[in-house]
Amino acid sequence: MAEFTKLCYQKGELNQALSEFFGALIEQKVFDAVLLPAKQPTRGVMQTLISRPDKLGAIDPWAPVVPQNAAKLVSALTASPSGRPAAAVLRSCEVRALIELTKLKQATQDDVVLFGIDCPGRFENHDFLAFSDQGGTSEDFLSGDFKGFEVAGACKLCQHPVAGNVDVRLCMIGAENAVYVEWLTERGNAVREKLGMQTEAGPKNRDSEVEAIKKQRTEERDRRFAEFREATRDFQSLQAHLAGCVNCYNCRVACPVCYCKECVFVTDTFRHDGSQYMGWADKRGALKMPVDSLFYHLTRLAHISTLCVGCGQCTSACPNDIQLAPLFCAVAEKTQARFDYRAGRSPDEAQPLATFHDDELVEVTGQVK
Amino acid sequence: MSANEPTIVAFLCNWCTFTAADLAGTSRLSYPSNVKIIRMMCSGMVDPKYVIKAFLEGADGVLIGGCWPGDCHYINGNYKARRRVALLTEILKQFGIGEDRLWLRWVAASEGNMFQEVITDMTKQLKELGPSPLKGRLVA
Repeated sequence: MAEFTKLCYQKGELNQALSEFFGALIEQKVFDAVLLPAKQPTRGVMQTLISRPDKLGAIDPWAPVVPQNAAKLVSALTASPSGRPAAAVLRSCEVRALIELTKLKQATQDDVVLFGIDCPGRFENHDFLAFSDQGGTSEDFLSGDFKGFEVAGACKLCQHPVAGNVDVRLCMIGAENAVYVEWLTERGNAVREKLGMQTEAGPKNRDSEVEAIKKQRTEERDRRFAEFREATRDFQSLQAHLAGCVNCYNCRVACPVCYCKECVFVTDTFRHDGSQYMGWADKRGALKMPVDSLFYHLTRLAHISTLCVGCGQCTSACPNDIQLAPLFCAVAEKTQARFDYRAGRSPDEAQPLATFHDDELVEVTGQVK
Repeated sequence: MSANEPTIVAFLCNWCTFTAADLAGTSRLSYPSNVKIIRMMCSGMVDPKYVIKAFLEGADGVLIGGCWPGDCHYINGNYKARRRVALLTEILKQFGIGEDRLWLRWVAASEGNMFQEVITDMTKQLKELGPSPLKGRLVA
């Protein structure tokens, strides 16, 4: 049975309540530092590694923006571990990506206690800057005042408003003028004991509200996927969908689970001789340049669609507004289902391309000896 | 080759299917010349990129030939190949390249006659299917 601790706050003081909570964790030396979204001195909100309580005044975990999937930042912090205890405040898509990176041995979780936050979605980066320039706050956002902006496309389809596989959860769904801290694991409860916090029951309507959000998003997802699959059912329409691609590869830089240390598409394999291009042009009569855009996206689908967590950072990173997330999510749904795998579902499931069995997938060849 | 002759790009394992192709040749078994053979050291060496590239360059079908389960020269390369083919099938069929164009078959070194059958069969089915939707496309 999960246990909750209620943190009440007055209107306009959500971040203050949270900074007191995290401040206690640092002061009582539970953690040496906390990684969480904080307002930057001039403008914008970024994940920030805070080790001094007086710097916590700027934190803003529910700012509706995810400049980068923070799984990559936890990877930076832990791939070569510091040996010092830290907390990381992450959204569901970030936790799920972190689980995949951990399986790939590109991150560790020994030093890090994971705090998941309920996620109502995020804006695109430019929309968030405009929203906050207009005076929009996280509390406005949480109360449904989006000031005319919309959450990112990927968030509208996301089935995971609540982060799983975390030690502690900061819950806002079903809560009113309060954040409920849910202590989930042994590590989470050890933190609670150090703080000497009392527990109580969770928000009354939480489960039904979470289900309602999931239901709405499932319907939206099924509708969008059906629409999308219809619109890209052959290579011509896929090519039309990707027409704006200029091979900048921002999508793979932004992708938290694009795991190669060096992408093959920037190696000599794809640095062709002039005569090669001339040969292709001769063969076809006309050669679109840069070449290999479709090849690149299909290869990325082969590499990471089984690990895709649907965070939508690929779409956010595209300079030409290509809707990559529905493409990757729609394909990922099929490829993950084929291997009965869900990216980020469990730290204990082997990644589909990192394991194999002798007696499986017999239908691929259809041959039995 | 006339326009309705399909092109099959075949990635064959050196230790089994490639040897079977060799055996078919030395046994004077004839099979369609539609197949273009690329010799690999193992079916587990066939990077999904190779398959994607073959289709993007206009191949009508891609065949990967590997050792029967339990017989891989490198113990488990064929199992990896099988997972990759399952993955590629799921991806490519969403864009109109169905599993009828991407074949994985186990053909042992001694099975020259089976190699002949597989190539004959695949050529026939691809002819019925018609050319790949990517044939003759103008952009890369």
